Amino acid sequence: MRILSRVPLHVVIILIALVWIFPTLGVLVTSFRPAQDVAATGWWTALRIPFQFTQYTLTNYGSVINQGGIGRAFLNSLIITIPATILPIMIAAFAAYAFAWMRFPGRRFLFIMLVALLVIPLQTTMIPILRVFNRLGLAGTFPGIWLAHTGYGLPLTIYLLYNFIGALPSELFDSASIDGASTLQIFFRLVLPLSVTAIASVTIFQFLWVWNDLLVALIYLGGTPDVAPITVQVSSLVGSYGQNWEVLTAAVFISMILPLSIFFGLQRYFVRGILAGSIKG
Amino acid sequence: MLTFFLIYPSLHTFYLSFFGPGSKKFVGVSNYIFAFTNRVMLTAFRNNALWVLVFTTLTVFLGLILAVILDRVRYETVVKSIIFMPMAISFVGAGVIWKFVYAYRPPNAPQIGILNGFLSLLHASPVGWLIERPWINNLCLIGVGVWIWTGFCMVILSAAYKGIPPQLLEAARVDGASEWKVFWKVTFPIMMPTVAVLTTTMIIFVLKIFDIVYVMTNGNFSTEVIANRMYKEMFHFRNFGRASTIAVILLLFIVPMMLINIRRFKKEEFLR
Repeated sequence: MRILSRVPLHVVIILIALVWIFPTLGVLVTSFRPAQDVAATGWWTALRIPFQFTQYTLTNYGSVINQGGIGRAFLNSLIITIPATILPIMIAAFAAYAFAWMRFPGRRFLFIMLVALLVIPLQTTMIPILRVFNRLGLAGTFPGIWLAHTGYGLPLTIYLLYNFIGALPSELFDSASIDGASTLQIFFRLVLPLSVTAIASVTIFQFLWVWNDLLVALIYLGGTPDVAPITVQVSSLVGSYGQNWEVLTAAVFISMILPLSIFFGLQRYFVRGILAGSIKG
Repeated sequence: MLTFFLIYPSLHTFYLSFFGPGSKKFVGVSNYIFAFTNRVMLTAFRNNALWVLVFTTLTVFLGLILAVILDRVRYETVVKSIIFMPMAISFVGAGVIWKFVYAYRPPNAPQIGILNGFLSLLHASPVGWLIERPWINNLCLIGVGVWIWTGFCMVILSAAYKGIPPQLLEAARVDGASEWKVFWKVTFPIMMPTVAVLTTTMIIFVLKIFDIVYVMTNGNFSTEVIANRMYKEMFHFRNFGRASTIAVILLLFIVPMMLINIRRFKKEEFLR
């Protein structure tokens, strides 16, 4: 009886899960189907005989990587994302430590400013920064976008790390300074090793954010293919290949490989990071 | 760094918003008058309001339901991963994925989008999901946003739900309260602060929504939103005055939410 009464619950949950997974599944299947099949029949028809592998092909991937410029864009994305992740995390770790454990004038005020900055829309800042970038020759260059992502990423990364570092027991710091450790020593020997998990989760955040970003890249890099990251390239393919779904789906799937594998591999840290940022009582 | 990237530009944008396209001629508030009277701008405001209302309600509500019902089944983690997964996909990726779901072809042609494929199975005529203005297409775009962000709400609310002492729920059940009553009288009030915080977060986020609209319709067929409007003023029309004005207006909408955030932070500071 109990099992029977729970049937609707299971049905609802499974239905929701299907709705959530179907769109992505469609793209995955389509990206492996030859162009004429994609245009002639819905992708779900391939699922009738899912294991007949002759109906699949890799040509879409080949053509997207070479002619579609996705190979180059993937590389650009890596060049953009790696420094744009490491740089803010390093600065943020220092800043979070300073906010949490060092006494200096204006600390409270500065921190409240930081919380306020969390919500300033990027859009408000673009025009003036773009002008400065143009004057300095940074627009359309990798260092320019590294700096931009660092600036935009700092409020959240500092805030998240502050939540964690601020929660370390204060006795730890007292005994360390009694033993004669300097501030820097405390930071490198105590704080960093203790906050490895927090730093990991914030790193994942920043990585996904930079990798998936479209707006910042559009503004500060422009549309030139030799610096365009994968998001920009895919969105320009949407413009030029509008109805060629086999091309678009393959491109999208390449752009999703890295974030998805990070997501599934490190989901635990990702969730922890989200919770550290938003749940406090 | 922060000063350069966030504080200085915000002030400078405010200043620019009183100038003409080339930022040379002072034009007073005429950009603001434009922003509040132009038809496309008004559409954008209406759509943003729709986004705030529908998107926020659906993500928080669905997240809450999922958090509670998933707690009762054994395969919780699997389903959670599936629903949370879109968070790792870029808006561009999600845009393409859903454009494909909404794909439309004239009647009689084989439908390749799954929604219209489903309709043709029922012998109904296909719908141009992204073209039918103004409700269907806007709601379809919002649906994409909901698909991405429900997982986020679910994770946060689920953590809050699991933080409720089980004795509390047991006690209510022993007293003969129905599950429905337990939820509204016990669970929901306890989770209220989290729901409130989450709601402000989602509102702040959705006011700035840009990528989904940019990739899927680029604001055509009356699906314009404020952030996309600003991008167009800036790069297509090179009208920096108007673009700045739109940015300032966007900021003004967000300020009340920001104040709530700061108040909450002060309270926390007080508690620790």
